[in-house]
Amino acid sequence: MTEIVKQVFIHIIRAISLLFAVSVISFTLVSASPVDPVQQYIMGIGPVSEEQRIEIEAYWGIDKPPAERYFNWLSALLHGNFGTSLLYRRPVIEIISERFQNSLALMMCAWLLSGIIGFSLGCIMGMNRDKWADKVISKLCYLLSSVPTFWLGLVFLMIFAVILGWFPVGFSTPIGMRSSEVTLWQRLHHLVLPAFTLSLMSFSNIALHTRQKMIDVMNSEYVLFARARGESRWTLFCRHALRNTVLPAITLQFASFAELFGGSVLAENVFSYPGLGSAVSAAGLNSDVPLLLGITLFSTLFVCVGNMIANLLYGVVDPKMREVDR
Amino acid sequence: MRKTDFPLLEICDLSVSFKMYDSVLGQRDLRVISNLSIKVDKGEILAIAGSSGSGKSLLASAILGILPENAAVAGDMCYNGQKLTPRLQEKLRGTEMALVPQSIAYLDPLMRAGAQADGHKKPCPTAKRRGIFGRLGLSESTEKLYPFQLSGGMARRVLVSTALITDAGLIIADEPTPGMSLHQALEALTLFREMADEGKAVILITHDIDLAFAFADKIAVFYAGTTVETASALDFRTGPESLRHPYSKALWSALPQNGFEPIAGVQPYAGNLPKGCLFAPRCSCKSAKCEQEAPPMRDLRGGEVRCFYAM
Repeated sequence: MTEIVKQVFIHIIRAISLLFAVSVISFTLVSASPVDPVQQYIMGIGPVSEEQRIEIEAYWGIDKPPAERYFNWLSALLHGNFGTSLLYRRPVIEIISERFQNSLALMMCAWLLSGIIGFSLGCIMGMNRDKWADKVISKLCYLLSSVPTFWLGLVFLMIFAVILGWFPVGFSTPIGMRSSEVTLWQRLHHLVLPAFTLSLMSFSNIALHTRQKMIDVMNSEYVLFARARGESRWTLFCRHALRNTVLPAITLQFASFAELFGGSVLAENVFSYPGLGSAVSAAGLNSDVPLLLGITLFSTLFVCVGNMIANLLYGVVDPKMREVDR
Repeated sequence: MRKTDFPLLEICDLSVSFKMYDSVLGQRDLRVISNLSIKVDKGEILAIAGSSGSGKSLLASAILGILPENAAVAGDMCYNGQKLTPRLQEKLRGTEMALVPQSIAYLDPLMRAGAQADGHKKPCPTAKRRGIFGRLGLSESTEKLYPFQLSGGMARRVLVSTALITDAGLIIADEPTPGMSLHQALEALTLFREMADEGKAVILITHDIDLAFAFADKIAVFYAGTTVETASALDFRTGPESLRHPYSKALWSALPQNGFEPIAGVQPYAGNLPKGCLFAPRCSCKSAKCEQEAPPMRDLRGGEVRCFYAM
């Protein structure tokens, strides 16, 4: 138990230092970029005189040196103040938490789908190495991993939303409806296409890794010995192959949080899905600096948590890690 | 025990070859075991001795029917008088024929020793296995350990227990002693001796010739994927004058206590085997005939030998 506490502590320290580094780098990049938050702010409130503009700049601290500006921003962050979004005119933290709920539903569905489909297909391929099932599925995996997500999303939109009309064309809820009136079923109905598209992006990765691991396990000496003891293919799979393959698959699955986040930016834009991914591209395109930096830090945290879960879980499921102190 | 006319396992003219893909020649067959013949009876230990690369471990896989898919098998194998077909092999694996593998790598790294020794058969023979573990000097707590937590000697005993649990009539032990201390090796071989004395047939694949001499009843000498001589262990203990094949004599003389004298040359590997007798290139008494024609196995002084000139 103490080992786990120690591990968590180390991971938290690591996450904090990473967040600090990301905040420095992203702040520097934004400062060096031609993005002018003052101009963006002024565009929102209408025409102002030159004196007023200078006054706004002084109020925001634009005239101060970058290091001082960074520490002002950092201390505000540490007090829980992420600033106000220039685009939405609302506190950044509020937007992130609202958008994140939508994104989380989408990403978790896609994540579970890709994990389950990917692992199952990987097992089928590995157990039937070089048979037709393996050949067909692995070709499909190569094809899907080389196809860009947004293109696939567009194709799905055309087929399932436009031609067949099975699913809505976009958004997370029906248009013109109060959010309190939207049923769970309607939310799920809107979630299907984007989640499916997003899961297709990462499942081939899991499937191909699982296939290779499964082949290694089936060629191992312990499986040869199990065969010598009279175990059938199905028993081999259940007793040895499954548990020896699932360990690396779990790690890979949790480590794919970063890809998942990257993919959600594209998928959410294609399906006009109001999640964190579409917010980050809107913030980027509209020079909404507070929102952009807020989401950057938040996504860093998200990926960090994913990796931490992967590491901790590995320690729990792998006896070599778990019982090393005994 | 019922007395039968058949040896428990009889192998006649077994050949094993692998399909290999060569960039120049395309597909070709690589013959790793050729014209191999052995017999083993109930209650006896047959030691198969030979240097590494002579095809000893593949023989174990061939008997059990667990060769890789690109392997082709020719020749006859009979178990208790029945032809050993793939279907029969599948039936006998783990019930009538048991393998004691070489190393800890043959244990599933993610399965506890107890469950591993119990095997997949229902009902789970836990009580019986505890008895066997006790007999092998493995404490009760061993069953909770994972392979990486076992010492070399413990792992070996867990592997031996997998064969004991089956009541198999034929036990094939593939190099069971390397990496063990002399004491542990003696202990393990005593166990095999006990199994044989209980009426089981044991095939002991080894290159630890000294120990084989001491524990086995018969010894088959392997060279380049075939048997060159089968003799009683007594002949080996007596000395080269009671041995038949020049290679067996050379093997005897190469032992430390017998002068440590190696013979020139190396064992030919599969793929470039000589045309006639496989040992001819290194033999001191070869003739032109030996280089043209492979000698058959023939009976001689209570043993068998694959040589035209052995007396």
